[in-house]
Amino acid sequence: MEKFEKLNGIVVPLDRSNVDTDAIIPKQFLKSVERTGFGPNLFDEWRYLDHGEPGQDNSDRPLNPEFILNHDRYHGAQILLARDNFGCGSSREHAPWALVDYGIKVIIAPSFADIFFNNCFKNGLLPIVMEQAVLDGLFQQTADTDGYRLLVDLEAQTISPPDGEPIAFEVDSFRKHCLLNGLDDISLTLEHVDDIRAYEQRRKQEAPWLF
Amino acid sequence: MSAKTLYDKIWDAHMVRCSEDGTALIYIDRHLVHEVTSPQAFGGLRLAGRVLWRQSANLAVPDHNVPTTHRDQGISDPVSRIQVETLDQNCEEFGIQEFSMLDPRQGIVHIVGPEQGATLPGMTVVCGDSHTSTHGAFGALAFGIGTSEVEHVLATQCLIQRKSKNMRVCVEGVLPMGVTAKDIALAIIGRMGTAGGTGYVIEFAGSVVESLSVEGRMSLCNMTIEAGARAGMVAVDQKTIDYVQGRPFSPTDDQWDQAVLAWADLHSDSGAVFDAEFVLNATDVEPQVTWGTSPEMVVPISGKVPDPDEETDSVKQSAMKKALDYMDLEPGTAVVDIKPDKVFIGSCTNGRIEDLREAAAVVGHSQVAANIKLAMVVPGSGLVKRQAEQEGLDKIFLGAGFEWRDPGCSMCLAMNADRLEPGERCASTSNRNFEGRQGQGGRTHLVSPAMAAAAAIAGHFVDVRNGDDDI
Ligand code: SF4
Repeated sequence: MEKFEKLNGIVVPLDRSNVDTDAIIPKQFLKSVERTGFGPNLFDEWRYLDHGEPGQDNSDRPLNPEFILNHDRYHGAQILLARDNFGCGSSREHAPWALVDYGIKVIIAPSFADIFFNNCFKNGLLPIVMEQAVLDGLFQQTADTDGYRLLVDLEAQTISPPDGEPIAFEVDSFRKHCLLNGLDDISLTLEHVDDIRAYEQRRKQEAPWLF
Repeated sequence: MSAKTLYDKIWDAHMVRCSEDGTALIYIDRHLVHEVTSPQAFGGLRLAGRVLWRQSANLAVPDHNVPTTHRDQGISDPVSRIQVETLDQNCEEFGIQEFSMLDPRQGIVHIVGPEQGATLPGMTVVCGDSHTSTHGAFGALAFGIGTSEVEHVLATQCLIQRKSKNMRVCVEGVLPMGVTAKDIALAIIGRMGTAGGTGYVIEFAGSVVESLSVEGRMSLCNMTIEAGARAGMVAVDQKTIDYVQGRPFSPTDDQWDQAVLAWADLHSDSGAVFDAEFVLNATDVEPQVTWGTSPEMVVPISGKVPDPDEETDSVKQSAMKKALDYMDLEPGTAVVDIKPDKVFIGSCTNGRIEDLREAAAVVGHSQVAANIKLAMVVPGSGLVKRQAEQEGLDKIFLGAGFEWRDPGCSMCLAMNADRLEPGERCASTSNRNFEGRQGQGGRTHLVSPAMAAAAAIAGHFVDVRNGDDDI
């Protein structure tokens, strides 16, 4: 996994709640057996005016000029501001894959859906839970300032607006450690092979029907 | 020893190790696999040169992409076909038991698991699918995971987790006639909100939950994920044990006796403390119909489409406006005046035999209304289909003008050929009414099987309890 330490990036505001994984990446793209290549179809049904299918050349599809990601001023955005319950719905990891593939590295929202939240960390994408009132301020500033950027510092656990005080955020210590060092969960777990085997031995005695 | 919740008990029994910061390694007893979220996990395993930890813990079945007609002719969409074939190949290579597309036991993964006894009380059950919460109906801890975690389970039989908080949802009173587990689930989500359960594992309890059949409990737990919770569960009772007994993967002989003895402890101790409690009195719950694009946007059948101007929260108000626009509905419209174009009965929420019986009982000798372009019944598994045919339910549906299909996810998410056309409206027994879920531009109203059947016959939503002349 790619490391995440600091990021100074353009902010794009997606002002709607309950953005579900079907919206983030529609199901027809889930037929792929690859992990990459989902970026051009991120938010496909909102982003384009026509219907997208896998394997299509997306460069000449008609863009929906109203969709926020298509506004010139947000070109190259790496930080997504969102609303409550972002990433709800299916467990598809294709959703964080699409976001990462597009270039998003941080999502700031008042709440995230549980499975999506987990999936982000496995892909070097940092989801930050932020109080509604603070977030409202960031939405406002993003709207008011062309090319609005934020500096996200994972080590310090702060988000800094260009001319404001750093805002602190919470992050699980284990996940922070993994992100900062780009660690892969499976290798970490495989350091405990003996514990897993010992557990299995014990369980086979207690509950043999499980094996 | 202090009093524990059911979740506490299963969590503790599966803890392999725990770090000081509370990050735990949890052992997984059962891993269910389907074609959409697994290819990249198997690919990752292969790439890293890792081996599968424990073959027998896995059971695979293709369900999302499979066609529901002319299955013997294979899958015509080449991309879907590759995905299903990839599952076949991966299962073959890694030695995982699979019910492939033409196997009579094939079906939706969350219906197949319990049907086979592959889901047992007290287990930890995971699958790369959010509706894994379904299996909590057996007093199991069951939750959906992403593809990285699928790979993690394949490689280690464990997951790195932090414990969620405990919530108890008590459904008290008596379930009125014509009101089902699906209506209870929708009513809870309507009141709690789709993020109401975030951070929690929910235990469903109370007189109504006790009175539900195991299949009803599955429908209820299935939709826990729509309330944002990690998992939903129900304590084990005699119904659970009776349901599990004699299934292919269930224990037998001495091990059965031993298991039943152990399962007697699978309930929350009296005095166990929950971090949150939520109570629903079922007595005044009506059949539910969703009007919007999130399962929390739900009203009773006697209700009206709400007016965003009456909503004070600006974020909610704008979400309501977007939803009404997408659904092409006017505030104040009576729900009974909404006319679906298509009716879909199936999915892991409502594709079991009791669901089909319930729908068939409403259909009786009636005919599907002329304005309904397509009414389809998609059994949740091959065995459900066979059972329904033995009971003659297929004849009732076919006689009324429904299509009787082969098992799979079908129009729950429209990854196969079954989908809504842009602008079409559907009465659906599935679990999600998101934009585009059943086909781009399609409009979904979530209902119970009885309500879907009643809408098919009447040509508009109707209170199934009325015995309306239309039905
Ligand atoms: S029936 Fe629908 S919700 Fe259930 S597993 Fe299939 S796609 Fe998912």
